[in-house]
Amino acid sequence: MKKPKKFTLTLPEEELVGSGNLACQGCGANLALRYLLKGLGPQTVLCIPACCWAVIDGPFPYSCMGVPIYHCAFETAASTATGVKAGLDMLGETNVQVVAWAGDGGTYDIGIQALSGAAERNDDIIYVCYDNEAYMNTGIQRSSATPYGAWTTTTPVKFFKDRPKKDIDAIMAAHNIPYLATGSIAYPEDILKKVKKAKDIKGTRFFHIFAPCPTGWKSRPEDAVKLARMVVQNGIFPVYEVENGEKYTQTVKVKEKKPIDDYFKLQGRFRHLKPEHLQTIQAEVDRNWAKMLKKFEG
Amino acid sequence: MKKVIMGNHALSYGAMLARAQVISAYPITPQTQVVELLSEMCADGTLDAKFIKVESEHSAMASCIGASVAGARTFTATSSQGLALMHEMLHWASGGRHPVVMGDINRAMAPGWTIWSDQNDSLSQRDTGWIQFYCASNQEVLDTTIQAFKVSESLYIPSMVVLDAFSLSHTYEVVDVPDQAKVDAFLPKFQPYARLTPQKPCAFNGLTSPEHYMELRYKLEEDMEKVIPAILETGLEFERAFGRLLTLADENRCDDAEIILVTSGTAGYTAHVAVEEMRAAGLKVGNLRMKVFRPFPFDLVRRVLPKARKIAVVDRNISYGHHGIFAQEVKSALHGHTDVPVFGFIAGLGGRDITPATFREIVDYTKSHDAPEENIVWIGVKK
Repeated sequence: MKKPKKFTLTLPEEELVGSGNLACQGCGANLALRYLLKGLGPQTVLCIPACCWAVIDGPFPYSCMGVPIYHCAFETAASTATGVKAGLDMLGETNVQVVAWAGDGGTYDIGIQALSGAAERNDDIIYVCYDNEAYMNTGIQRSSATPYGAWTTTTPVKFFKDRPKKDIDAIMAAHNIPYLATGSIAYPEDILKKVKKAKDIKGTRFFHIFAPCPTGWKSRPEDAVKLARMVVQNGIFPVYEVENGEKYTQTVKVKEKKPIDDYFKLQGRFRHLKPEHLQTIQAEVDRNWAKMLKKFEG
Repeated sequence: MKKVIMGNHALSYGAMLARAQVISAYPITPQTQVVELLSEMCADGTLDAKFIKVESEHSAMASCIGASVAGARTFTATSSQGLALMHEMLHWASGGRHPVVMGDINRAMAPGWTIWSDQNDSLSQRDTGWIQFYCASNQEVLDTTIQAFKVSESLYIPSMVVLDAFSLSHTYEVVDVPDQAKVDAFLPKFQPYARLTPQKPCAFNGLTSPEHYMELRYKLEEDMEKVIPAILETGLEFERAFGRLLTLADENRCDDAEIILVTSGTAGYTAHVAVEEMRAAGLKVGNLRMKVFRPFPFDLVRRVLPKARKIAVVDRNISYGHHGIFAQEVKSALHGHTDVPVFGFIAGLGGRDITPATFREIVDYTKSHDAPEENIVWIGVKK
């Protein structure tokens, strides 16, 4: 008889995101918030602007969450969080982590001014951008986080997005904030470790979590985690942390960088791309990867 | 204690005495000194508050809202373009029922660039669900700021305390600055019935379907209708504590007046002077200086104005394609209550002076016409 296999749980069992919420099948953003809250625990307040999570949580008067939420205006995740933190501090509730939880549109585009302001002031908040690379909640429109080549409803196949994704992490690192981390939902232990580290740091802490969207990417729900792993292993989305804007550390190793082709093949949003487009993208990924390696080397 | 202070600092002292806990603001002329003094007060410990130096007025109101929902008493101040940039968040503050108090220094809207006074900035926000007070002296600014916190926090509706650029914001007057202990007794700590805290997790402002939205707005209006009684009641309470009665409006010689001027802001004080001069010359003129604009004091207007033979509303603002905004509101309030003709005058846009002579011209016109010849009678415009 075979010996039963022993498993060790690598993530806390505590769930602060309730089941039966309004997320789509295979939603990466749903996993992202689960992992974040497993790290932060119940002494947390969320400020959520317009984004998928404004809906996932459930309509008024319901909420699927075990932590309080303030649904704020689209461009105000950071500034609202700053205000909440100041208010709680004045009331003596100084042990609460105030989190701005925003999508890529709310971070890269409409919310970048408030985010930059909070980061420059080094306000004591955690800002998390869960990145599904377009305005998914409103029906898949391009944001400045949408990658080159992608179809969206505002970048139709004939005029697919012809500009690369904005480098939000470099922008945030340039604010010299105490802590910045990227993460992917395929690596929950990595997210958790970073969240726990960030919890003990004062000042603005920025997280950028890659969160596939099967609905918007025209991919299979069961491939969400796979895509989130591939994007790290092919070098498109390096996973690392930056301390004080200068100390870069790669936290998920890439032993042998994979070609990008398989990642693109699994997503309908890239179906129209020709081999020459993929070659251009591969060259760009290689260039960026080389730059990242230099940063990791210090 | 009596102090000689500018209008802007009267706002700062009001916020200080109210013990605002979070102040979030962005500088703009002519508001700047309001927040400069407050940031000094926070820095030297005179005021135990967090001062957030935001990067825009939009963020100023957003963080005031965040602090308010966390349970703190919050204050900000702005002007003109800054208020316009906040517009979205003004709806957010009232719709979310966050009793933020804000000073607005009336400054005309650009373009062309201007820093001088008129009321189009604040009156453009009349439908955002904020209480609006228009002040005419520095004492009134300070007193109203303290009262505004009390009214706002009792009904969960934000307040705007409005004063004219330069003619009040930068004018020094003697102001009786009340004792802190007395203010504390008048205005106890803000203790909201619900707030954002991990001690009791709940979601605020979730996606609201047609099933619920209308009721939320109904409740806001229902409470808005309680604001006038609350202002009257707290105004009396204020008089008992500080010896100064705070009311909805100044009624100056309205009882026997043939022509009643309807005014607001510092122009209303100038009108008082003009009324005295005209009375001395035998003209039966009165002046209703309106202090509360939102909610609109229907009863007051219907009680005072029909006594006159003619009503002359003086607007330092314009709703393009209609006419002056106070004139609109007065006409709408009087409709079906009186046949007294309402003349609508526009004067003093973009900081052009309004002097006693302006009111003499307005009264001359009103006296010599049975009805206005034009929808808008412009005073002092170079046509």
